[in-house]
Amino acid sequence: MDDDTLVIAGVELGSRLILGTGGAPSLQVIDETLRASGTAMCTVAMRRVDAATSGTILDVIDSHGVRVLPNTAGCRTAREAVRTAQLAREALETDWVKLEVVADERTLLPDPIELLDAAESLVAQGFRVLPYTNDDPVLARRLQQAGCVAVMPLGSPIGTGLGIGNPHNIELIVSEAAVPVILDAGIGTASDAALAMELGCDGVLLASAVTRAQDPLAMAEAMALAVRAGRLAYRAGRIPKRFHAQASSPTEGMALL
Amino acid sequence: MRIELNGQAREISSGTTVGALLLAETGSARGSAAVVDGEVVPRSTWDSHELRDGQVVELITAVQGG
Repeated sequence: MDDDTLVIAGVELGSRLILGTGGAPSLQVIDETLRASGTAMCTVAMRRVDAATSGTILDVIDSHGVRVLPNTAGCRTAREAVRTAQLAREALETDWVKLEVVADERTLLPDPIELLDAAESLVAQGFRVLPYTNDDPVLARRLQQAGCVAVMPLGSPIGTGLGIGNPHNIELIVSEAAVPVILDAGIGTASDAALAMELGCDGVLLASAVTRAQDPLAMAEAMALAVRAGRLAYRAGRIPKRFHAQASSPTEGMALL
Repeated sequence: MRIELNGQAREISSGTTVGALLLAETGSARGSAAVVDGEVVPRSTWDSHELRDGQVVELITAVQGG
């Protein structure tokens, strides 16, 4: 590993790709994609204990030495999200939480009012809050001011695979962020993940793009490479875009033919 | 005595603690937690927190999720 490490809340993560485990057809697929993605952190949801469930996803995650990040998926209000985070803290003994407070089932877009309210409560209770947020630079700023340890703007709505709808807003968020920016949601394929990193994001969080791909294992590897390639390109500094062509071969010294 | 566990009536012996119920239902102390009558029970009190007749208990655990 080089010196270009993602650090969130003082913790070094060995990969800039964070994997969501939702949507995988089996624990075996999660096992394989965790390995292929090289991720250092993956998300889980909190739900009622089901006696019919055999085998636990935590055993799979633990076997890879990957950090677990509980989410508050499904919560519609700050109150529900705070309660879910508290449960996750007792269950998983982590004060990290991916904070999700969505407005409705059709769009799954974050409810900004409830989100900020929940973030402020959780920060006050000592949580390390990583909020899933709209691609709104002002809301991202407010979440940072509230004490969130990262901001995670969406590229497009959860599960759509529509990629990054407003690259300019993502760049704006990155340009003024004092905490890591993780592009979360909307990634469809490897080029979307590479673009997120080229825009200056510090990491990418994706689930469906891998777990619902025809070949999840291959897509996990593709995403790992895309995130790395995008990060390298961002750090390398791309050439400015030009309106007209500019020759790369010398224009002087042409033979008289 | 009778409690409501994850939306269903359930008979448990009196004196059952949150910790014992979690272990019985999940087989592990890792990855699960309990809400009793709307309050999250801290892990540090699981083994001393005895359930009472008629209480509403939610047991939750980590599952796949984005």
